[in-house]
Amino acid sequence: MPIFIDRRLNPKDKSLGNRQRFLRRAREDLKRSVRDHVRTGRIADVDREHAVPMPRKGINEPTFGNDKETGRRQHILPGNRTFSPGDLIAKPGGGGGYGSAPGTTASEDDFRFVLSREEVLDLFFEDLELPDLVKLNLKQILSFKPRRAGFSASGAPTNINVGRTMRNSHGRRIALRRPKQAELDAIARQIAELEAKPASAAVSERIAALREAFERLERRRRRIAYVDPVDIRFNRFDPQPVPNASAVMFCLMDVSGSMGEREKDLAKRFFVLLHLFLTRRYERTEVVFIRHTHEAKEVDEHTFFYHTESGGTVVSTALEEMHRIIEERYPVAEWNIYAAQASDGDNFATDSERCIELLDRKIMRLCQYFAYVEIIDERESHIFGSTENGTSLWRAYNAVDGKWPNFQMRRIAAPADIYPVFRELFARQPDLRKSA
Amino acid sequence: MVSQARKSELLFSGSDWDFSRLSRVYDEIEALGLEELRLDIYPVQMEVISSEQMLDAYSSVGMPLMYRHWSFGKRFLYDELLYRKGARGLAYELVINSNPCIVYLMEENTMALQALVTAHAALGHNHFFKNNHLFRQWTDAGGILSYLDFAKSYIARCEERHGLAAVEAILDSAHALMEQGVFRYHRPPRLSSEQQREGLRERLEYEERSFNDLWRTLPPPQESGETKTGIDDDAAERKKSLHLPEENLLYFLEKNSLVLEPWQREIVRIVRVIAQYFYPQRQTQVMNEGCATFVHYTLMNTLFDRGRISEGAMLEILRNHSNVVFQPAYDDPRFSGINPYALGLDMMQDIQRISTTPTAEDRDWFPDIAGRGDWRDTLVDAWANHRDESFIRQYLSPALIRKWRLFVLADGADEPHYEVASIHNERGYAKIRSALAQSYDIGASRPDIQVIDVDLLGDRHLRLQHTVKDGVMLEGESRDATLRHVRNLWGYDVSLAAIDGGTGAMLSERWTKEL
Repeated sequence: MPIFIDRRLNPKDKSLGNRQRFLRRAREDLKRSVRDHVRTGRIADVDREHAVPMPRKGINEPTFGNDKETGRRQHILPGNRTFSPGDLIAKPGGGGGYGSAPGTTASEDDFRFVLSREEVLDLFFEDLELPDLVKLNLKQILSFKPRRAGFSASGAPTNINVGRTMRNSHGRRIALRRPKQAELDAIARQIAELEAKPASAAVSERIAALREAFERLERRRRRIAYVDPVDIRFNRFDPQPVPNASAVMFCLMDVSGSMGEREKDLAKRFFVLLHLFLTRRYERTEVVFIRHTHEAKEVDEHTFFYHTESGGTVVSTALEEMHRIIEERYPVAEWNIYAAQASDGDNFATDSERCIELLDRKIMRLCQYFAYVEIIDERESHIFGSTENGTSLWRAYNAVDGKWPNFQMRRIAAPADIYPVFRELFARQPDLRKSA
Repeated sequence: MVSQARKSELLFSGSDWDFSRLSRVYDEIEALGLEELRLDIYPVQMEVISSEQMLDAYSSVGMPLMYRHWSFGKRFLYDELLYRKGARGLAYELVINSNPCIVYLMEENTMALQALVTAHAALGHNHFFKNNHLFRQWTDAGGILSYLDFAKSYIARCEERHGLAAVEAILDSAHALMEQGVFRYHRPPRLSSEQQREGLRERLEYEERSFNDLWRTLPPPQESGETKTGIDDDAAERKKSLHLPEENLLYFLEKNSLVLEPWQREIVRIVRVIAQYFYPQRQTQVMNEGCATFVHYTLMNTLFDRGRISEGAMLEILRNHSNVVFQPAYDDPRFSGINPYALGLDMMQDIQRISTTPTAEDRDWFPDIAGRGDWRDTLVDAWANHRDESFIRQYLSPALIRKWRLFVLADGADEPHYEVASIHNERGYAKIRSALAQSYDIGASRPDIQVIDVDLLGDRHLRLQHTVKDGVMLEGESRDATLRHVRNLWGYDVSLAAIDGGTGAMLSERWTKEL
């Protein structure tokens, strides 16, 4: 008779530690994969599992091994049908030959594995250099808050409500007339007193009667439990969703010729981050893409990022389009409106005035938050670092910035510059949660 | 009436299993194995696991406990992908050379499969582990699990204290030298580090007790001058004191490295002990699998003959059996080398045949076992006293070579052609047999690398030597990377010289300085 052990219910992810070590090891490669994903995928896809190719660097396990291209060796093979000693067989091209182990070289190239959502976000955030508090908030799934909701007859032992349970027990004991300890003690005392007296027929009869009564009470006590399972009450908790509403996010981007690959990539990450933030906060998030040259159009995501169009740059057209869409589809009472605008800052000088007016009069009143990023060349970043002069749009928006606290603007030269745009947005979040 | 009686004798019916059936089947199979095949086994511990747990076990080299390292995570991803794609099924079982012998059963198996697996692993492998001389000599079945437990918690503690990166660096370097981290020829030191510490303490105590200041007053040895012989003597003396040459690089580095901290030495030691533990398994693939397959095949058939297994179950068992022992020919797209299950089983059944119904040829080739009738003794003896290489050299018969139609291809790297060197004919039998045996000799097929010299008082330059056989050099990129790992563990310059095994000529030399 062997020993049997059922291990099926043991915790599963025994190799999780190994996986984490592996991901840490291949971090640079994986980061690049996720970055590519963000560049080519849809904005909402960042918040999901990704299949990534096996990293190449840093995961070799070298050993002293024989070089297959040198020396003399023998292969012993089964299934000879036609060969006789001395036959020559041409070697298959490209080396390898019979000796190579199958499945180690060719298949590694198309080898992909799946990163979980948390792992993807980790890699994505690391690039953006997000602070830990923000990462934590973004990684959270829509949260439920347990709220007390009366009592129930079933539940986890930790939730037993002792007061309520004991009250039930007490009532039941009274109703079923469970003998008290004092009654038993009284009878026992009587027996002891009688036994101390000199023995006689009457006394022993009395003792027998008392004994019987004692026994009966004891049996009854045993049968009626002090605390019975039916007495037990548990605190009941109802998961209460944290109040949520819908949000719409407007992505505005200048697609005139001056916006190249790099500019668009940075803009996209900026949009992704805002989107992540919104999906965490709101139950329902919609994204509207508006691109503009000298005229603005609402487009789908693919067109937004990948189609180029030539033309001048009139920013106000995009703002007008946004305003029109809000009026048409997103009543302010039902929607939280967020806007993110990316541009290289070019605009017709006269148009900037119109932008200020539009924002000031209409849009900023409707928006929860308006973030503007100006994507500049890395070489320019130290020139423009802090000075207040800049492109015409920058100067125009500066005026708006001073007036509206929910307006943010920033120049971006590298991915790490993106987060500061949102700093206030993220900083406000914990307070909101607490009050909700 | 008859059919009812027959039915009640069945060990199980239907495909579902439960623990009472497993236990009944095990008892029956064990009794049969001990009586029919004279097996001798460790007590068995059967553990039922799910497929995910099986994947977990795969990635940690089949051990139930293992320290953490990224390479296991990588292996897990590969195994998982192959499994999910359906490119490879999972093993039905996993067995661990320990006392008690641990057998993992997959929960998805049907009852018939569980019976097959019980015979295969709990009896076949178990007997082999307990009786084969390599395992008896080189592994400590009773201690391995507690040692792994120690290793795991020790490395986890090191990670806490010294950081993941530092531990990882040491493990990476030690893993790179795992192949060179085994003793091939003499018994390894005991597993228990307790005893070693004890020994060291006693020795130090003795030295303290017997310290005598008088020795210091002795006159210095005679000046021998700067003669050549003096230097040679020094070198010889030095090598002797370090037990050089030494082929166990990990052992040498663990004992003599000048830069390793005590905890780093312990980690190197852990890797070395584990490498040593697996060394017998790598030398006995064909025999181990052959033994287990032979045992399950024989026992299942006996049970069937006695009416204890239904025809349906037997059919399922046979189907799985023939999948396992399938050997495609060399030109088949499914061919991936010689299947150790097939070769092992065929050779053992061949021994059975030679013992009972030998041909004249068999009497010629195997005078001592042909027609002896008692194949059980021969097999039990072979299982106990051979490894793959010697087993094939001893028992591969011409009949089997013909059946397999084995042939030998000579492959010179410089030649544009393979040459068929031998086929299954009178002139080829002995050559095929010795070539096949040779290919299973790990000592011969792995590169032979040894520490030959180090001047601890001088520049501490560590010299390794690779003895080149048949002109087979080391793969360059991997060699350089591995040399870097040696340097990490040693702390000073390392060089690797390739010396031709036949002529003794120096073929190349590689220094870590140049890398």
